[in-house]
Amino acid sequence: MYVTDKILPELPAPSNAKGLVYWLKNNLFSSPLNIVITFLGFYLVYKILPPAIQWAFIDATWVAETREECLGEGKGACWAYIGNRFGQVMYGFYPPAEYWRPNLAGILLILLTIPLFIEKMPKKVWLGAFILLVFPFIAYVLIHGGMLGLSEVGTDRWGGLMLTLIISLVGIAAALPLGIILALGRRSEMPIVKSISIIFIEFWRGVPLITVLFMASVMLPLFLPAGSDFDKLARAMIGIILFQSAYVAEVVRGGLQAIPKGQYEAAVAMGLSYWKSMFLIILPQALKLVIPGLVNTFIALFKDTTLVLIIGLFDLLLIIENVLGSDAAWLGFFTEGLVFAAFVFWIFCFSMSRYSMALERKLDTGHRS
Amino acid sequence: MSEANTQAQQDYAIRMINLNKWYGDFHVLKNINLDVAQGERIVICGPSGSGKSTVIRCINHLEEHQKGQIIVNGDEITGDVKQLERLRRDVGMCFQHFNLFPHLSILDNLTLAPIWVRKIPKAEAEATAMKYLERVKIPDQANKYPGQLSGGQQQRVAIARSLCMNPKIMLFDEPTSALDPEMISEVLDVMVELAEEGGMTMLCVTHEMGFAKQVADRVIFMDAGQIIEENTPNEFFNNPQSERTQLFLSQIIAH
Repeated sequence: MYVTDKILPELPAPSNAKGLVYWLKNNLFSSPLNIVITFLGFYLVYKILPPAIQWAFIDATWVAETREECLGEGKGACWAYIGNRFGQVMYGFYPPAEYWRPNLAGILLILLTIPLFIEKMPKKVWLGAFILLVFPFIAYVLIHGGMLGLSEVGTDRWGGLMLTLIISLVGIAAALPLGIILALGRRSEMPIVKSISIIFIEFWRGVPLITVLFMASVMLPLFLPAGSDFDKLARAMIGIILFQSAYVAEVVRGGLQAIPKGQYEAAVAMGLSYWKSMFLIILPQALKLVIPGLVNTFIALFKDTTLVLIIGLFDLLLIIENVLGSDAAWLGFFTEGLVFAAFVFWIFCFSMSRYSMALERKLDTGHRS
Repeated sequence: MSEANTQAQQDYAIRMINLNKWYGDFHVLKNINLDVAQGERIVICGPSGSGKSTVIRCINHLEEHQKGQIIVNGDEITGDVKQLERLRRDVGMCFQHFNLFPHLSILDNLTLAPIWVRKIPKAEAEATAMKYLERVKIPDQANKYPGQLSGGQQQRVAIARSLCMNPKIMLFDEPTSALDPEMISEVLDVMVELAEEGGMTMLCVTHEMGFAKQVADRVIFMDAGQIIEENTPNEFFNNPQSERTQLFLSQIIAH
């Protein structure tokens, strides 16, 4: 017989189970093939990175008044050209004297959004509702003008990063609620609601976004009564919202299906109505589960906004490619323009990705029942 | 319905009259007739697949019956949504797998229904919640999440969550079946206390025969969708009438 009344103490892990050497050995040099790939990787980085840094930073021209200052032997990237046309890159053909209006709208949005991230902030729901339902009108009045003494700036003069952000923010803010409703509709037990949701989702998922935008800009006016003038940007936005809501709906539906039946039963067994059990119990869990998928959709939406260039809206990419690229005073710096556009898109997409990861960690209560 | 008849109905917490239910072609409940008096404590047992869970899930309409009547607190269940919401306020339920809401703290789990269904002010709902958490002996866990609690603690929270709605009827659907052996007694203790306090109608599907002997007014044995035997615990365990019951009892006592 063997009996012990002593519990063994915990010991630290040995050095060959952690640390840098352990990591290198396990991740980079674990097999002959991995060793070859590691050295090949190092070689490629060595060949590509130094010249790229040389071009983009060391030899670059940051400040210049004319194109000529950027040219010559040993000159790298000409960022001065972006700087000189910065207004257009940001605002398109928006009158420079009125730049303060979109700026004010942007600052207002940021100031309104900050409290949402404060943990103990009371009445968050009302603030959120204000941002979603009231702020868009304030922003529209500010940016579009034509009332309250503000001069009118038509949407045809909106452009650049401002337009890209407006389309994506409106797209995300509208596609998410619409998508949630569609997802609930598709899982509804009411046959008519279910059929309408399925038809809607499958229709919009079945057509390419380019087609939707063409339809919105070219075909739709043909069906509207003669003389009715429906803003081109608004048409494009509605197209994007309907299109993306179908994708959001399917992502959300995936989350709804992952919630165990017991959660639905526990919710209704306490006397919660359908909508209360959805909004208080099911959706908070389902949406948390599908954060990666939702952010994926939103990043795709953000990048897809560049497609509005085919219906002649001057988003960030079209401004850089078309307007700046053909600017006689600054010919020949197409690469810089595209690199800059790529960088701006990457910053926004990467931020969304990081934010979603932080959000997942914050909402993780460590358990799925 | 005459005045006297209504009065008679009121004396019963639950009446089932010729209840029948099918899952597709499978006849899962066959002519169930069961009257439960106000405040009565009933244990339902039987082999798996006998329809015992289905019976109590029909009471709060988590399962729909196809034939017969169920009358709860004098109201016949029709499937009308508004009526169901009303009915479910007064019928608490504990599930085999607890079904706590993992995204809410324990306290929020307990106050959610009182606040959103009964429209009780938050502070008052929290006070009630703490009172019941103390009764199930885990007030110190109020700010944790369900995932941080053991199975036994979760089931006690689930019981407290139902009690917060101040139900007239409590349904227990195999509340200890998913628990580790060490934790069964802490849940049963709470249930015994609740039963001995009286006043609340309790229906409990369970295999805990000790619990049945201790608190049940009546034990119901089901098999193949039927009620086979129905008796006081004393008679049921010491003098089972049907062969099926005798077999069942010999099997669970053998282990």
